[in-house]
Amino acid sequence: MTIDTLVFTGGFREPVFQSQSVFRTLMDCMARPGTIGRIAPAVLPPPPLGAMAGAVALMLCDQDTPVWLTPGLAGSALPAWLAFHAGAPVTDDRQTARFAFIEKAALLPSLSLFAQGTQDYPDRSTTIVVEIEAVEGGRPFRLTGPGIRDEAIVAPRGLPDLFAQMWSENRRAFPCGVDLVLTAGEEIACLPRTTVVHPLEA
Amino acid sequence: MTSTGKAGDRRDDTGDDVRRRAMGLLAVASRAELEAAWNGLAGKPAARMVRGPETGLVMVRGRIGGGGAAFNLGEATVSRASIRLEDGTIGHAHALGGDRETVRLAAIFDGLFQQPAHRADVERLLDVVAARLRREDEAQARQTAATRVDFFTMVRGED
Amino acid sequence: MYVAVKGGEAAIANAHRLLADRRRGDRALPAIGIGQIVAQLGLAVDRVMAEASLYDRSLAALAIRQARGDLIEAIFILRAYRTTLPRFGYSRPIDTGAMLVERRVSATYKDLPGGQLLGPTFDYTHRLLDPSLLGDEAVEALPEREDTGEPLMRVSDILAGEGLVEEDGGLPEGHVAGDLTREPLEFPMPRDLRLQALARGDEGFLLALGYSTQRGYARSHPFVGEIRIGMVEVELELPELGFAVPLGRIQVTECQMVNQFKGSAKTPPQFTRGYGLVFGQGERKAMAMSLVDRALRAEEFGEDVVAPAQDEEFVISHSDNVQATGFVEHLKLPHYVDFQAELDLVRRMRRDYEAAQNTDLPEAAE
Repeated sequence: MTIDTLVFTGGFREPVFQSQSVFRTLMDCMARPGTIGRIAPAVLPPPPLGAMAGAVALMLCDQDTPVWLTPGLAGSALPAWLAFHAGAPVTDDRQTARFAFIEKAALLPSLSLFAQGTQDYPDRSTTIVVEIEAVEGGRPFRLTGPGIRDEAIVAPRGLPDLFAQMWSENRRAFPCGVDLVLTAGEEIACLPRTTVVHPLEA
Repeated sequence: MTSTGKAGDRRDDTGDDVRRRAMGLLAVASRAELEAAWNGLAGKPAARMVRGPETGLVMVRGRIGGGGAAFNLGEATVSRASIRLEDGTIGHAHALGGDRETVRLAAIFDGLFQQPAHRADVERLLDVVAARLRREDEAQARQTAATRVDFFTMVRGED
Repeated sequence: MYVAVKGGEAAIANAHRLLADRRRGDRALPAIGIGQIVAQLGLAVDRVMAEASLYDRSLAALAIRQARGDLIEAIFILRAYRTTLPRFGYSRPIDTGAMLVERRVSATYKDLPGGQLLGPTFDYTHRLLDPSLLGDEAVEALPEREDTGEPLMRVSDILAGEGLVEEDGGLPEGHVAGDLTREPLEFPMPRDLRLQALARGDEGFLLALGYSTQRGYARSHPFVGEIRIGMVEVELELPELGFAVPLGRIQVTECQMVNQFKGSAKTPPQFTRGYGLVFGQGERKAMAMSLVDRALRAEEFGEDVVAPAQDEEFVISHSDNVQATGFVEHLKLPHYVDFQAELDLVRRMRRDYEAAQNTDLPEAAE
């Protein structure tokens, strides 16, 4: 495929309905941490980014949301694809990024390097979309917090070994901090900063 | 009176400027001009939409004092379309206003403009649009010139 | 006690039907078309575009028709509509120096390059009602005159040649133009954001403030350096192409107001400037905007802030007629519970007052 084909194709075929469906799924997962959402892939982003993360990108990003990409993604056709289909600018400054995308197997940078929001505007933080190997079958965590009745158990595969520690640091300056969206294949799960992550023995 | 705002007056040799001039004229081509050119095409090219046609906003910027720092004046509606011709050529069109069919046609002509075999067809359309713009602009300039004030001195105070 | 009530659905639905009927008016008359509004009520359309902050004549005309000619209601409708559209980007700053001019006048220089071009102005008309417009009399053929082709130099550039006027307003290197549709207002604000707010501000409010500065409330002794109305090209940078493409042209009105300034320890005496720029043909608004822009720069020039037009928070917080009408008009919505509480309070205070009066009476009789 030519670069042009990679860049100019692969967007939502029905932008209104498809992005609404992705939005609804993401919102439900964000409102009920631990829930696993499923969406048939509707977009085809340039590799190495996967279809689910690509759909989230087109649904969430626009002209007003600078996007930070890992070196692997920044070097791909993704910046031009995002510019064409979402109008979103790419930034190399994590502090100004409203969204960040980490492809599968790439290093998840320290969460504190991203925009944390302010006391008055905690929403001015980076939402980080991380592709992982699978939303199940990894090391289990017990989740508690708003949107979770008693507790939820998740076991994402492909997060850093020290993830629980990274997450508790992320919660230290609450309401500031970042929110995470985890994608794998056609599945999605969310970790808002309100959620407490308790490691469990595997 | 100057009118450097005329899209039809720019002709440069670099590839980007040629395309830019074409896209600028396609942006102001009327629906009737585009349809006439489309109907005049010998073979109708197949074009698939890759984005739009859709209507959105562009924030129009001005400059403080006319030439200073930029500020946001207000938004304007803009319609845009991107199409893909059979050989993979991508055509884009953006135009002020809410007419999506017009930009869909304009995007096809932008695609055709990039194909050497079709460029002459598009150039004919561009010439029509440029000539109309020139006529309109010149007529307006002459009408405005008729309202220019000619001062004449009746009595000189120092005498 | 709080009692939740609902109801009125049928009344509301019928009120809307009545509105539709009254909007259409006498069926013996033809319905007014959008094209007619654009063509024949063009300055109303321009005012709606300017204050709705959305350049689209057809939509503005539709809003005017829908609002039965209530321009603030039309502005409200158009503002609401614009929130449903995605934003494709920011244009390159328009170049008013390259305008295809249809009106250009200066009150400071009689013989300026390009001349005084009156254009389609109400100035010098007698403001007498014209009975010929009761019908549809043919309009006279337009006179034409050869265009001299002389460049229309900006008046500010003429003054700048002598070094007697401040430069076009700059902002610090790297400053990104703020956008009040994206970030909440914070005071004090830089001049770019103030101009965005004034450009969409209510014409009547800005006119009154501008007038107040002329009457001595923040006196600044202004001259119209130049007013120009015409078409400018809008260009959008397309990331997918790597260059900017023209989108077409829009009409704007620009006013350069020139004001005296005696200078300070740091700045030699020179003219200062206020700037007005609005969508469409809106000369009064552009002039008022430039007066208010200059008045709001008081602190920048070390002037005492003594008048309403110089008070940034006051001016900018109250210039938006959609916000203003929302807050004023919400007063007519049900406040039954609020008012019951106040009524109880007033009754209690009245009882206390009367009780106090009664106990006071014997003393007064002494």
